[in-house]
Amino acid sequence: MSDAIKADKVLDLKGLPCPMPVVKISKGIKTVEVGQVVEAITSDPGSLADFPAWARTSGNEIMETIQDNGEIRFFVRRKA
Amino acid sequence: MENMEQQLTDLQARLQAIEGRAQSNKLSMIVFSGDMDKVLASFVIATGAAAMGMEVVMFFTFWGTPVLRGKGKKAGAKDTMGKMFGAMLPKGTCDVKLSKMNMAGLGTAMMKRLMKKKNVASLEQLLELAGELDVGIYICEMSMDLMGFKREEIIDYPSLTYCGVAKFLEEANDSRIQLFI
Repeated sequence: MSDAIKADKVLDLKGLPCPMPVVKISKGIKTVEVGQVVEAITSDPGSLADFPAWARTSGNEIMETIQDNGEIRFFVRRKA
Repeated sequence: MENMEQQLTDLQARLQAIEGRAQSNKLSMIVFSGDMDKVLASFVIATGAAAMGMEVVMFFTFWGTPVLRGKGKKAGAKDTMGKMFGAMLPKGTCDVKLSKMNMAGLGTAMMKRLMKKKNVASLEQLLELAGELDVGIYICEMSMDLMGFKREEIIDYPSLTYCGVAKFLEEANDSRIQLFI
């Protein structure tokens, strides 16, 4: 497991189905400064497609995605 | 040389005209249906789009209109037809039925239970979330009048406007995405 990236904030979104993971990360990313990193943990397989789509559209960066035992951890850097 | 300058001016004018017509990062949606499943899909798309950073406007018309009635709201005096529509159509988000497998309400009740179990946001939660995310709601004035609905019986919502078709068309014309649900 890579722990190279240090998150400034962790969002636990496990158990939440669509559209909540994307809604929560869009709110959560605004609580950190530009350049800082949010780690979002989801259990919704749909978010594997949704998070990159959200990031591209909103102008943020998914730095790393780690899948681990049904959990998906996204490291998102606020860029906009 | 003079010719070049003239061409440049022409091009600038044309570019300005094109830019004026470019659509915004906006989603315009018509919610025509009053079915629970379709209204649910509408709000999932609306809140998702708002999360993506899009401006979102929803136009409620025809069968979609009674979905925005408030549960505890009183309407005052209505004529016979207005009373009939009022009694037969859903009174708010908690009163809407599935478009399929409703089975006299049993199917809808089961679906609601299942949604709760699976942590899927309810219509009430999504409506509140839409308000937080600045989703604009427009209500068709003609539908209100046709079915005898009164403004007093419509929900309290942060951004709620009564309008006609021209307002929708203006918004749709300026939106990259337009949906009819």
